[in-house]
Amino acid sequence: MIPHQPLSSPHQHGSAALDRVMIAVSIALIPAFITHFTLFGWGIITNLLITIPAALGSEALALWLRRRPILPTLADNSALVTALLLALILPPLSPWWLLVTGAVAAILFAKQIYGGLGYNPFNPAMVGFVVLLISFPIEMTSWQAPLVNSDHPLTIIAALNWVLFGELPPGILFDSMTMATPLDHLKTELSLHHTISEVRTDGTIFGVVAGASWEWINLAILAGGLWLLQQRVIRWHVPVALLGTLALISTLFYLINPEIYADPLFHLGGGGAVLGAFFIATDPVSGATSPKGRLIFGAGAGLLIYLIRVWGGFPDGVAFAVLLMNMAAPTIDHYTQPRVAGHQRGEMHR
Amino acid sequence: MKLNSRKLWNFKGGVHPEGHKSLSNSSAIKDAKIPSVLVLPLQQHIGAVANPLVVPGQRVLKGELIAQGEGMVSASLHAPTSGTITAIEERPIPHPSGLMDLCIILESDQEDRWCSLNPIEDPLQLDADAIREAIRAAGIVGLGGAGFPAHVKLNPGAHTEVDTLIINGAECEPYITCDDRLMRERAESILCGIEIMARAISAHHILIGVEDNKPEAIAALNRALQHHKQSRIEIVTVPTLYPTGGERQLIKVLTGKEVPTQGIPLDIGIVCHNVATAARVEQAVVHGRPLISRVVTVSGEAIPRPGNYEVLFGTPMADLIAEAGGTIDQQPATIIMGGPMMGLPVTDSATPVTKTCNCLLIQPVQPRPTLHQPCIRCGECAISCPAQLQPQQLYWHARAKEFDKVQDEHLFDCIECGCCSWVCPSQIPLVHYFRFAKAEIWSQEREKAAADIARERHEFRQLRIEREKAERAELMKRKKAALAKKKKSGVSGSKESIAAAVERTKAKKAALAAKEAKAATEPSAPPTPPPDATENRTDEGEQREI
Repeated sequence: MIPHQPLSSPHQHGSAALDRVMIAVSIALIPAFITHFTLFGWGIITNLLITIPAALGSEALALWLRRRPILPTLADNSALVTALLLALILPPLSPWWLLVTGAVAAILFAKQIYGGLGYNPFNPAMVGFVVLLISFPIEMTSWQAPLVNSDHPLTIIAALNWVLFGELPPGILFDSMTMATPLDHLKTELSLHHTISEVRTDGTIFGVVAGASWEWINLAILAGGLWLLQQRVIRWHVPVALLGTLALISTLFYLINPEIYADPLFHLGGGGAVLGAFFIATDPVSGATSPKGRLIFGAGAGLLIYLIRVWGGFPDGVAFAVLLMNMAAPTIDHYTQPRVAGHQRGEMHR
Repeated sequence: MKLNSRKLWNFKGGVHPEGHKSLSNSSAIKDAKIPSVLVLPLQQHIGAVANPLVVPGQRVLKGELIAQGEGMVSASLHAPTSGTITAIEERPIPHPSGLMDLCIILESDQEDRWCSLNPIEDPLQLDADAIREAIRAAGIVGLGGAGFPAHVKLNPGAHTEVDTLIINGAECEPYITCDDRLMRERAESILCGIEIMARAISAHHILIGVEDNKPEAIAALNRALQHHKQSRIEIVTVPTLYPTGGERQLIKVLTGKEVPTQGIPLDIGIVCHNVATAARVEQAVVHGRPLISRVVTVSGEAIPRPGNYEVLFGTPMADLIAEAGGTIDQQPATIIMGGPMMGLPVTDSATPVTKTCNCLLIQPVQPRPTLHQPCIRCGECAISCPAQLQPQQLYWHARAKEFDKVQDEHLFDCIECGCCSWVCPSQIPLVHYFRFAKAEIWSQEREKAAADIARERHEFRQLRIEREKAERAELMKRKKAALAKKKKSGVSGSKESIAAAVERTKAKKAALAAKEAKAATEPSAPPTPPPDATENRTDEGEQREI
């Protein structure tokens, strides 16, 4: 007789698995990458080619130093998700050292130093982004112009040559390929006391609702985010609260003075709001956990994004907003725990 | 028909595991074979251990009382078949510890001869106490799984009004179909048992909750209900959602009320019993038959003929598995008593079927990863938790052995239903961590209680030693003072006593001589004790003390 000794109950498990969650997030980003490639060319691909090995390499190095199992941990795909997000939020055609620095800051300093996945108080990709934004402001504001505005789109070889060795084909200056982002442009022009209706006439930068070409990428990100919702990989609370708050407050100020304050669709469709709402602020590790807490977390992030965009020193505020809310998450969770069944409402923790 | 005319409520959380009910719910309940040897643990219920009334070598008849329930909360045990008691000894029992416990061993004679029974003609004329006594005498415990003595739950006390009697036919655990088959086949018996129980507690309303994945059972109950014209019984179909069969969850679904955290359903005027318990109450009260068997589902992927069996208590699980075509001896398998969500792993297939065994689940061994992945705080566990706990916080603190914080997070509200572990993407055995924390807290409390007693005893001992020391010192002081006084009077103590001893010896000799002379003249006189005996002893005593 050989009865087997199992653990205590339950003796079966649902279908959820951590590596599949991370893969789902990666899959949800594919439409955004394809749109990005179509509208901006090889820049996103060179970003990916460097952030993925840099992030996985940093993770492996840290695990080796910490004497933790390397391959099983890499297989949870969390470092892959960080790499994909970094590639998407950093300027396309970023030089290799910028991408590597971002990945190292995200994986080594924001994640592994705290104990790896599950223990990081801040979103790793956002830490990587902010480290770069503060350290290398020039490179971080050199955004490629869409292909439609580009006279000499780079081939993959030329793009790699630029990214790895800083060499461009003769006769092309890097500055000629870059262009201000819509949010950046708007901020600069508003500071020069131009009205929004004057600024928005520039068709090369502004599209139907927000930035030309950029708005299509945000639409693709939205599609991926909605698919994640449908797959129940993420819950609705954070995206709805974040985008809802952003829409609400931007509507309010737009109604006060439409010549100084951009309309809500511009705020929702421009910059990183959609990516932040579905892919960044929904990071469970660094976010709030209770449903009510997630609503507060999302609303806080939405409010901060607007405050930073309109009155802050940076054109976009998603990264700072998320990091600030990350700090508040434990407190939010502490005060938003649902009532335990059989207990009276308002019965607080000891 | 009153079917689903009632408003239902929801409890938060819950999961939808695959039911696997069709494996075992299509065939009728079969009588399992009478085993050659039955092993009957003295404790098959919550409460005090039953006291054995038989001795090895004694012949017993089927249904005969063999162990008496002791005290308020306990349950009696009856012989499941006729035969000879061969021993009362320790055997493996179904318990998470895997430890052995005292069992009565009964060798069956395969004649299955009943003892004389006392059926009752019209049970609905009995008064409440008589009903409870009949149920207590029959050794009936809750057959849903916990095994709490049924007569205790049917005794709300003179001043407590019972609003609703809830009969639990939800059977929400995957694989288990014993209550389903029972409702289909013995609906009349169940309804009769319910009427008897309702009479014992004077319940105003009676609800039977059955999950909507058992339409045949619901139809059978409704058919039987047509014979109970005046009945207040209401059959309520509830949505299939694990763990609706949990007492607190079913109460919430049917009444919208929540049982207070440290309380029992009676606190909110509700008494809850299982359908199987109701059927056995009918057997006990109407037919006088004690609880000696139950319906057990034998199911799982490693069982060729899954089904439901009427099994005598004490039947070794191996016998039952063999009857269902299982070959546990040849290949390794996981034996679980109960369902896959809350069942108890069994390590010895000789373990007997007891009153609380509703299912034997036999599955091929599935390798479990030795390491689980880290918690990413996705909160799916909190969403699934029917008690609305925060399992991710409980896990965090339990892992860090912060047992005060784990209690602040209401660890003891956890019903161990397993939903959190089931949904966890990191496959963390959360319930295992919570059981660990509970066990640690209990053991700490026991240790603390023991330490408190030990400390009190130690403090008392210290106090006593101090007191004795003080008393001795006082005595010495007095003796010394007395000695000094004697010295002052000028006579040496020893010379004085020698003189006294010489005097006494002289007197003794004189007395002896006189006695001998007297004895010569009066031989019939009774002997008198030597008068100096006590004197001598006092002397010695005095000397010893100084």
